[in-house]
Amino acid sequence: MAAAAVSFEHITCTFAGRDGARSYTAVKDVTLSIGEGEFVSVVGPTGCGKSTLLNVAAGLLRPSSGTIRIFGEPLSGINRRAGYMFQSDALMPWRSALANVTAGLEFRGAGAAEARRRGEEWLARVGLSGFGDRYPHQLSGGMRKRVSLAQMLILDPPVLLMDEPFSALDIQTRQLMENELLELWSANRKSVLFITHDLEEAISLSDRVVVLSAGPETHPIGDFPIALPRPRDVSEVRLTPEFIALHDRIWHAMKAEVLKGYAQTRNRVAG
Amino acid sequence: MKRSTLRLWQLLVLVAIFVAWQALTQPGLIPPLVWDNPDRAAFFFGEPVKMFKVIWAWFADGTIYKHLWVTLEETVLAFVIGAVLGLAMGLWLGLSSTASALLDPYITAMNAMPRVVLAPIFMVWFGLGIWSKVALGVTLVFFIVFFNVYQGVKEVSPVVLNNTVMLGASRRQLLRHVYLPSATSWVFSSLHTSVGMAFVGAVVGEYLGSASGVGYLIQQAEGAFDINSVFAGILVLTAFALVLDYAVTHAERRLLRWRPAQSETEQL
Repeated sequence: MAAAAVSFEHITCTFAGRDGARSYTAVKDVTLSIGEGEFVSVVGPTGCGKSTLLNVAAGLLRPSSGTIRIFGEPLSGINRRAGYMFQSDALMPWRSALANVTAGLEFRGAGAAEARRRGEEWLARVGLSGFGDRYPHQLSGGMRKRVSLAQMLILDPPVLLMDEPFSALDIQTRQLMENELLELWSANRKSVLFITHDLEEAISLSDRVVVLSAGPETHPIGDFPIALPRPRDVSEVRLTPEFIALHDRIWHAMKAEVLKGYAQTRNRVAG
Repeated sequence: MKRSTLRLWQLLVLVAIFVAWQALTQPGLIPPLVWDNPDRAAFFFGEPVKMFKVIWAWFADGTIYKHLWVTLEETVLAFVIGAVLGLAMGLWLGLSSTASALLDPYITAMNAMPRVVLAPIFMVWFGLGIWSKVALGVTLVFFIVFFNVYQGVKEVSPVVLNNTVMLGASRRQLLRHVYLPSATSWVFSSLHTSVGMAFVGAVVGEYLGSASGVGYLIQQAEGAFDINSVFAGILVLTAFALVLDYAVTHAERRLLRWRPAQSETEQL
């Protein structure tokens, strides 16, 4: 069997406490792998360290212990084979949409004309042709997400890391973007690690859903294959009985953890 | 109020001020209010009509252009040199925590010092030509730009930074494509203040000792108790500052096109 695209092996991340505060273990002993071409979603209660895992896979954060392997090779430094889509706005505000999309090509030393051609092509692919000269502040939230998507995909990374990329969007735009993501993904299957707190989103997009426990010391507590047929339409697939049964099962596993996470947040506020 | 009506009223306020000024100072026009001597008011406050005659004469025989040019030259040089130094220093200290920890007390001390007192020292170092005025302006501009850039570097969005790293930017490309544009935008947001300071440095420097420039004109007139020429010089300086400010606003609009204006709506 070929090596997994991303594999976490006993990853633990402990953040040192500042000014005498106790150190905080966000993620403890996580072992998880994403196969080549597989779309894996990770769900969990808020504040459970989902983003920490993603930052480890991106090489932005070094784990306290454990190994992260990308296609079998241990990762050190920034993961050059991954594209990362952030939860909040990450576009360079001083660059136009087109210049944002071509930024990665520019950093890799591509020629200006070539970069421009491919940039226009990608803008068209995400439905933004003609918007290339707009600055991010002149675009709506959904359009900015499309630019981010194009910015990531133009580099053709074999691994996509996505951190609740659509959580800031309204529900209609969100389903639209989810469908577009699926379409782009199915054309050229990448390995995707998709973080979300929305179980419906996770099921409708993925091949597999991994449920994390509430923090601290987050670890996976459930791993559910999603055998829904593809291609899918995210708003239609939600109405099928198979979807509802899966949702029930996974929600059942998640519920206790969500309540635990909620109680912790409440105590923290009360204390 | 409509824009043109507003402009008209603004102009009327200006005219009213000058008319009142003239009425209160022209000898013998109205009975003296404060002083017994009818010429006293004109001696202290000048007469607008004579002031405008002085200004007219300056522009008619062209003497003023040389002085304006010198002042402009000093202002621009002081701004450019001060801004470049402030930008470089701000980037350096913003990115290197060791350097900023080491130099922090000195920067604070130098900023707290009233830098106008350095003018005589600059006269000794750089002579009575333009460079002593430029040096004074630089010390004023530098700190404004420096603090803005330093703050700007510290406040670069970590998400934008991480995103750029993930897109494959090297450390140099990060400096060139994230830190520099971000810092430059902070320089431009303080552009009005820093150009104003460069101008203050130039004029104060000229006033303290020079052979040309508008500050020099004012200083000469004051030496001869020619109050009308002093006010004429002040008026020319004010008008000049307004033109400079207008140019800055224009440049700002062009250079910061990527920044959202407050009134601008999102274009879908």
